[in-house]
Amino acid sequence: MIIDLEKFLADERPAWAELELSLKKLEEEPNLQLSLEQARRFHYLYQRASADLARLMTFAHEPAMRLYLESLVARAYGEIHETRYKKEPWRPWVWISRTFPQTFRRYQREFLLSLVVTLAGSAFGGLAALLDATAKEALMPFQHLQGNPSERVAREEREQKQRDPLQGAKTSFSSELMTHNTKVSIFTMALGMTWGVGTIMMLFYNGVILGVVGLDYVQAGEAKFLLGWLLPHGSVEIPAILLAGQAGFVLAGALIGWGQRTALQARLRRVAADVVTLISGVALMLVWAGIVEAFLSQYHEPILPYLLKIAFGTVELTALFLFLAMAGRTEKENLRT
Amino acid sequence: MRTGTLQIRTPDGIVFSLLLAGPVTRFLAAAIDLACLMAASSLLGSALAPLQLVSSDVARAVMILAFFIIQIGYGIVAEWLWRGQTIGKRLLRLRVMDVQGLRLHPSQIVIRNLLRFLDSLPVFYLLGGLFCLFTRKAQRLGDLAANTIVVRIPRVEEPDLDQLLPGKFNSLLEHRHLASRLRQRVLPQEASLALQALVRREDLDPAARVELFGGLAAYFKNIVPFPQEAIDGITDEQYIRNVVDVLYRKR
Repeated sequence: MIIDLEKFLADERPAWAELELSLKKLEEEPNLQLSLEQARRFHYLYQRASADLARLMTFAHEPAMRLYLESLVARAYGEIHETRYKKEPWRPWVWISRTFPQTFRRYQREFLLSLVVTLAGSAFGGLAALLDATAKEALMPFQHLQGNPSERVAREEREQKQRDPLQGAKTSFSSELMTHNTKVSIFTMALGMTWGVGTIMMLFYNGVILGVVGLDYVQAGEAKFLLGWLLPHGSVEIPAILLAGQAGFVLAGALIGWGQRTALQARLRRVAADVVTLISGVALMLVWAGIVEAFLSQYHEPILPYLLKIAFGTVELTALFLFLAMAGRTEKENLRT
Repeated sequence: MRTGTLQIRTPDGIVFSLLLAGPVTRFLAAAIDLACLMAASSLLGSALAPLQLVSSDVARAVMILAFFIIQIGYGIVAEWLWRGQTIGKRLLRLRVMDVQGLRLHPSQIVIRNLLRFLDSLPVFYLLGGLFCLFTRKAQRLGDLAANTIVVRIPRVEEPDLDQLLPGKFNSLLEHRHLASRLRQRVLPQEASLALQALVRREDLDPAARVELFGGLAAYFKNIVPFPQEAIDGITDEQYIRNVVDVLYRKR
């Protein structure tokens, strides 16, 4: 009826100690690879501890001993049953040139949705500003954009002749932009957990601001200034926000699971690495955008000709498009297209 | 319905439980981590102060970036290096684990930490706390997205079962047929109760200890009465020790 605890302890204690030692080693060195012999021994020790736990639970009521064995088995279980594909060590160049663009292309539908929502927001913002003169004041969060565009352009061009407005503050301004935009992007991605509703709201609002600003400057005849000001950094920053939205929709898609027969846990598990890849790519893009915005975008004619800035932005946008569309294309992708 | 534990059944049919950490403990761990972050930021501020002499613009930029990296990276790096633990979690004996008891993947750690932005809304992790309170596995949004749980790690040491060690005279064993009857009649739960009383006897107040072993001895004496000469001159506690010896040691 009741297990002979004394004998049981005497027999099994060395095996538990050995298992505990192996676990400690594995836990201290996450990348440790066991040899075949070591793996076999580890598996044997795990099975033995599991069997001991089963015996103890069946034949004897000893909570402390059970807790001890449960802890051993639980730790070993995590090591033994981890079957998810173990990738090669992370290599930055491979990640940038292959993994990131491939991941982007895998979720084109989500990116399109991100783009459509932003465009819808822009259309709404533009229309609102066109139909209601007070809409600009209500929708625009940035104080410096509330005034008359032509007055701003004239003022900035005049001031820049006299002194550098960002003198002694360019680097810090650049890092402020990087951190702020990265936070907004992470938030946009995280809002995917609201079944995508929060992500849609963020993207739509971004679109609204773009629409209002765009229409305001075009109506004032300052389209060239607007392009020269926005394109150098916006050609990377705006796609980055769209990609953050894409990551949010990937998360939302896994959460909702339309047309998928797998369980929620499995769906979220499948997209986890891709979401991290997308948001890491976004962070990288925003570092570049932050540098360009602080060091280039804020300088206008006569310091920097608008056409040069527009050309720079266009080259960036084309390069980004080609990179995301073509880099690291696989045979499978080529066959599909 | 939340149970406070998560039971995992292995493919070998073994069941083990993980103790889920509640929102209050987790909040305390987060508060400790916040204190650590503030201390690290303050130290960093002092360390970067000389940079002001070179360029105040560059110094400010480095500070902004460093704070941001510490804020985002602390949880990710700590949980990766310490297998699911930050300083706060280590101190409160908590650990982030995969929801199926498997090893944590880097992507899980990154996702659960990035989603703090959402969980911390509107203030003091209110949203995350509410989710933690009402979800079956006490998960905040970040845990749900990353398929992770936070578990409590009890202090687990090999139990001290020296009370069972041989070498002491057991008067009950002089009456082998009664000892066999005792083994036959005592339920595993009753045997466990006697064993636990012995294992934890040093934790009891003297009065409570006497009372407990008195009650237990009376109970076991009632199950199988031993002759007077077998129990003469031994305390109630010694009697229970002998009973446990009979029950748990096969001869």
